[in-house]
Amino acid sequence: MSTQNCFHCGLDIVKKEEIVFDEKSFCCNGCKTVYEIFSLNGLTDYYNFETAPGATPQDIKGKYDFLENEAIVNRLLDFQEDTTNIITLYIPHIHCSSCIWILENLNRLQSGISSSQVNFPDKKTRIIFNAEKVTLKQIVHLLSSIGYEPYISLDNYENQVKSVSRDLIYKVGIAFFCFGNVMLLSFPEYFEVEEFWLDNYKGFFRWLIFALSLPSFLYSASGYYISAYKNLKAGILNIDIPIALGLVVMFVRSTVDIIFGYGQGFFDSLTGLVFFMLLGKLFQQKTYNFLSFERDFKSYFPIAVTKILSDRTEVSVPVYDVVKGDRLLIRNKELIPVDGILISESMAIDYSFVTGEAVPITKVSGDKIYAGGRQTGNVVEMEVISSVSQSYLTQLWSNEVFAKKEDRNYKTITDTISRYFTPMLLLIAFVSFGFWIFIDTNTAFNVFTAVLIVACPCALALSAPFTLGNVLRIMGNRKLYLKNATVIEQMAKINTIVFDKTGTITTNKKSEIVYEGDYIDVKERAFIKSLLRGSNHPLSRRLYDSLPDAHLLPVNHFEEITGKGIQGTINGFFIKMGSASFVGAPPDIMQQTNVHVAINRNYLGKYIFDNQYREGLSMLFENLSPNYELKILSGDNEGEREILEQLLPEGTEFIFNQKPEQKLIYIEQLQLQGKNVMMVGDGLNDAGALAQSNVGISISENVNVFSPACDGILDASQFKKLDYFMKLSKNTVKTIKMSFTLSLLYNVVGLSFAITGKLSPLTAAIIMPLSTITIIGFVTIMSNYYAKIKSK
Amino acid sequence: MSVIYLLISISIIVAVLALYAFIRAVKNGQFDDDYTPSVRMLFDDEIKKTENKTNND
Repeated sequence: MSTQNCFHCGLDIVKKEEIVFDEKSFCCNGCKTVYEIFSLNGLTDYYNFETAPGATPQDIKGKYDFLENEAIVNRLLDFQEDTTNIITLYIPHIHCSSCIWILENLNRLQSGISSSQVNFPDKKTRIIFNAEKVTLKQIVHLLSSIGYEPYISLDNYENQVKSVSRDLIYKVGIAFFCFGNVMLLSFPEYFEVEEFWLDNYKGFFRWLIFALSLPSFLYSASGYYISAYKNLKAGILNIDIPIALGLVVMFVRSTVDIIFGYGQGFFDSLTGLVFFMLLGKLFQQKTYNFLSFERDFKSYFPIAVTKILSDRTEVSVPVYDVVKGDRLLIRNKELIPVDGILISESMAIDYSFVTGEAVPITKVSGDKIYAGGRQTGNVVEMEVISSVSQSYLTQLWSNEVFAKKEDRNYKTITDTISRYFTPMLLLIAFVSFGFWIFIDTNTAFNVFTAVLIVACPCALALSAPFTLGNVLRIMGNRKLYLKNATVIEQMAKINTIVFDKTGTITTNKKSEIVYEGDYIDVKERAFIKSLLRGSNHPLSRRLYDSLPDAHLLPVNHFEEITGKGIQGTINGFFIKMGSASFVGAPPDIMQQTNVHVAINRNYLGKYIFDNQYREGLSMLFENLSPNYELKILSGDNEGEREILEQLLPEGTEFIFNQKPEQKLIYIEQLQLQGKNVMMVGDGLNDAGALAQSNVGISISENVNVFSPACDGILDASQFKKLDYFMKLSKNTVKTIKMSFTLSLLYNVVGLSFAITGKLSPLTAAIIMPLSTITIIGFVTIMSNYYAKIKSK
Repeated sequence: MSVIYLLISISIIVAVLALYAFIRAVKNGQFDDDYTPSVRMLFDDEIKKTENKTNND
């Protein structure tokens, strides 16, 4: 094992901070503590399944105090009787087999937990515990202390039991049962040997087949009849209509056949068809259970907040119980749940998720603060002026325009084809019927039904689900998680891509800080760093972290002037840092984020905070620009315009200072011009635009944490591959079209049998599965091929 | 030859039993998570090994 990486979490170790314990090196105390806990309890096997599987535990002091409130706990629990409690917790860090192992061995770490079970795809853990021996808060603290902090939000509080729909699995199971048995029982008659006992038992076999196909025909295929009926009523000719028609005709004709003893009917093909089509549906229904695409503010908001009573005691109250006039305590990194007025002296709020502004905003006592921002810095106190449901952000969410996507009906490629397919099919059926009726009435009916049976667009209906289902998986493996298969088709039609700036094309992780001005030597840098240490302002923190290590000196007369800067005396030098006017520097012309420095009233220079653009941004735009209209839509100011213009290809349009509503309207206007718009964004400020656009893709540094409602979530590390995904979606549609051609060829072959009146049950039983299997094989190979060649 | 009635009825009954077992398994949620059990079954040996180790210490 490399000594460079932490034994627990696998992160690089900064040499100076390395902690060696038990002959293993750790990057921080947190990781070491987790290792200690595990080794004390004989659980070091945790490290045997995967290398460095852990996460550094976060400081959660006071964060889960609300779990002492019984009313809240009761709403979170799944089940409660006497002392046995069951809770299901969502733990985003679950990612490997070590995680499963440690979480299922929780009972060895904490008495009172009787058992725990992990659901890996959902990233959830179900814990059964004895409420007398251990509280929920202790469990959550235990989980956090070993690096598995659960994510508890307002969404859990609403706790509506979601019923899982398993209908499709039942249907597939029953269809398979019917298909297998019917096939088996049909076999003797395929050979049609004139044999005594075969003739003798024909009736028995046929009626048994009839009985066995009933569940498949009536239950498994029921979805097709319902859909066909609904679409007919709405006047849409979708693919389900010829399918339903084919199935019904097949069933009726086969029943007539066996009643009058004409033959064995097409029950084998019928059940096979139903089974394969349902399989296609199941395949397409790939869902990422651990992601949610319909999240609203509830999964972003905390369940409870700390309220300060008039006698200064702190209690946790559910966020819905907060009323006007309450005093709340907001800790570092906590979300401001309601609009209010700041009581404490000053605070810095990170609104980047809500407004798109990159730099935290400083507020002073008496300022109005809006819900949705994240507090950075020391503990502050605020007074509530409106309840949760009346706060600015929540009102924005409930705004109707933000939720109108649902009623837009997208026409899939299959639907488009079937608009021509269905009338053609009926035409052929009636023409051939009209032709044969003058020759032989009996054959005419046979031909009519045979046409409808053989043309039943099974292969056609399967092309799209299997291709899309496969591509959905491929994209998922490459960390673009789409809501459903139709999004791929929509992606292929996109001609305009709109990007948000902050958090989307820039990363929040590290801002590059450049110094500009007179030379600063090591000693002066040590002064600056020492001074910065005393300040909690976000810019100070970032600058402090970015400066190289220095010998820190004590600071005298330290003073922080809110909204201006900091000053202090070190070794007799008077140092001032902050805004231009505060330090006495020439005013900023460029709209940048700067921190100016002066020592002994001599102006030295400034630190410029640059937004760090994502890796491969220029390349991506270069690749996209020939095929797409590109736009940057930002909530931030114009400070970056020049840099962006240099970085991005010509013709990229920039629109700055956009509020969430304006972004939405902008997208709407593009659509009115007939453009298919894809919005790529990240924060709540893009939520409206993401919902309005044809395809809304949300960029996320960590896909398990909150992202706004969207059609797809793209892992930030894959941002530069966006052009690959766009190309893949186009090729997917191409594959579907090719396989449509192929399946239409099969139909032509089948029809030539049918029209000439030669369709025997055996021919049908061969053609149908054959076409299905070749189509499935074709689309799988093609989509995998396209996924591979373009990934280089 | 009428034994065929008996044989086929038996085979159908067996198949129906299998179908019933499948439906019950789905109802119990056995198919909701098709990944974790496959990992979980590999753990048993490892745990025993650890226990032995701690006993020896």
